[in-house]
Amino acid sequence: MYVAVKGGERAIDNAHAWLGEERRGDKSVAELGVAQIREQLSLAVNRVMAEGSLYDPDLAALAIKQARGDLIEAIFLIRAYRTTLPRFGGSNPIKTDQMQCDRRVSATFKDVPGGQVLGPTFDYTHRLLDFKLTAEGEIGNVTVGQPTQNATPHVMSFLDREDLIQSEPSGEATPPDLTRTPLELPATRALRLQSLTRGDEGFILGMAYSTQRGYARNHAFVAELRIGAVAVEMDIPELGFAIEIGEITVTECETVNQFKGSKTEPPQFTRGYGLVFGMTERKAISMALVDRALRWKELGEDDVGAPAQDEEFVLYHSDNIQATGFLEHIKLPHYVDFQSELELIRKLRREAKANIMQEAAE
Amino acid sequence: MSDYNFAYLDEQTKRMIRRAILKGLAIPGYQVPFASREMPMPYGWGTGGVQVSAAVLTPDDTFKVIDQGADDTTNAVSIRRFFQKTAGVAVTEVTSEASVIQTRHRIPEEVLREDQILVYQVPIPEPLRFLEPSEVETRKMHALEEYGLMHVKLYEDISLHGDIATAYAYPVKVEGRYVMDPSPIPKFDNPKLEMSAIQLFGAGREQRIYAIPPYTQVVSLDFDDYPFRPTKADHACDLCGAGDSYLDELIVDDKGGRMFMCSDTDYCSTRRRHGHVGAKGVPYDEDAA
Repeated sequence: MYVAVKGGERAIDNAHAWLGEERRGDKSVAELGVAQIREQLSLAVNRVMAEGSLYDPDLAALAIKQARGDLIEAIFLIRAYRTTLPRFGGSNPIKTDQMQCDRRVSATFKDVPGGQVLGPTFDYTHRLLDFKLTAEGEIGNVTVGQPTQNATPHVMSFLDREDLIQSEPSGEATPPDLTRTPLELPATRALRLQSLTRGDEGFILGMAYSTQRGYARNHAFVAELRIGAVAVEMDIPELGFAIEIGEITVTECETVNQFKGSKTEPPQFTRGYGLVFGMTERKAISMALVDRALRWKELGEDDVGAPAQDEEFVLYHSDNIQATGFLEHIKLPHYVDFQSELELIRKLRREAKANIMQEAAE
Repeated sequence: MSDYNFAYLDEQTKRMIRRAILKGLAIPGYQVPFASREMPMPYGWGTGGVQVSAAVLTPDDTFKVIDQGADDTTNAVSIRRFFQKTAGVAVTEVTSEASVIQTRHRIPEEVLREDQILVYQVPIPEPLRFLEPSEVETRKMHALEEYGLMHVKLYEDISLHGDIATAYAYPVKVEGRYVMDPSPIPKFDNPKLEMSAIQLFGAGREQRIYAIPPYTQVVSLDFDDYPFRPTKADHACDLCGAGDSYLDELIVDDKGGRMFMCSDTDYCSTRRRHGHVGAKGVPYDEDAA
């Protein structure tokens, strides 16, 4: 006698209740506030905003809390929320040369107008665990640096003036929106950049690293890395002019890469570009390298068969929400398919065994 | 009700999906790209099917969701609840009462009618994907009706195994034109693809929708000397005694003892309600949990 297994509904309710309890953890420890996450785990917040494609530190902090610190899960929460939001229109391109830089470094010139601004970087910290932090020690008073106040010209513009860097075609056309139109290939550079900026940090980093190690090598110099606040402006048709609707912090990375040319065509450096929400330096640099690798066709380079050159491979596999969904779905029930495979393999084995018997008999 | 629009998606998005569905119905078996949205459940959990259901559901509809043929599998429960919450539609587990049925991996045993819509969740819509990984290439192959590679694959199966070694997601040709992946249904279900109901296929992550209109010719690929044969476990259902339904195989004791039961839970319980009892079954009890 057998009674069919039931209870999916109850199992789900119980799982959710347990999950809530696990999220809270030991109740004798103070609950984490969303504002604490926003202020003290800001790099996690930045990553969630960047890959969630939604600039809202409070929502990103909430998502991190709800996701128990699983950033991909938090990004997923943000994406699912974002897709329900109405779209009022597109902003004007942000002017990163007007950025109030918290950090701005160039690896190609010792000094440039605007100067080198180190900013709040891990770069020269010694990676020694700071046990004072376990004691919840407050920091003392530190002098607060001011972001740059005047427009800081792009380092690239100085190379451009000398015609040393290949120029990019400018256009008024609004680039297609990856979240509103299906990705079709070949993709324009604007679309590729859109995909890279929301792509998984780890994936983009791995792809970028592979170019450095020789898979489609195009040695990159960081002409400039800048992080800071920029104004977002939007044309309001009813007003007839643009108004500032907000301010966002972004990280921008411009790389100078090896040149091409010939005896008759003066060689020029080429560019890679990365722009990411928030303070997300690793991602922006990675993005610039992958952008450059994907440009092989338009720059007349050879396809050496490197993964980072393969637009379809990179763009189809960089999204961590798509990737984790499909990867993890294999834990869902597949017993119908498996059953059909079971029947098939049993049948094939029966036939193979019969053949062996027959051959032995002959 | 909730703060979200009827069936969760905004009207613009639903319109976009409906356009893709209509195009799919006009070109049976052709994969229509659509701007798939991020849904509040993960890719791989049926986001394509959910978007298609959201686009076709009306307040008067009665909705049924099955996963592996069963209404009670956790993900079927979750999707059913999603539409109860966001659309407030009536739901049912009875196949004949449903006007829209969302399914993963099965076609119901009961013959569907003209006034019903069957929505499939599709993981990989491209039947040629595992022969050619590039989407650019496979779209070209469909455009040129270049399906030789698929026949070579089936032929190689036969030369290696003595049989076509595909048991689910068995490729079909629709109305003599497009080779189509029927989603990972067991090949037992393939003959049912020619039906009176509208069949819609949604692949969310891969951003594709395709369709089979009612009464469309759907042929499972085969060779004259190796004709297509739908298969199932060589048993009758141990609960309801059905000999014509697709069966799940359960391991019921430490010694590896097996029993078989209908994968279509509504089909099974309807039969049991009508007094059919299988070898290990008990007479139907309304309250059995």
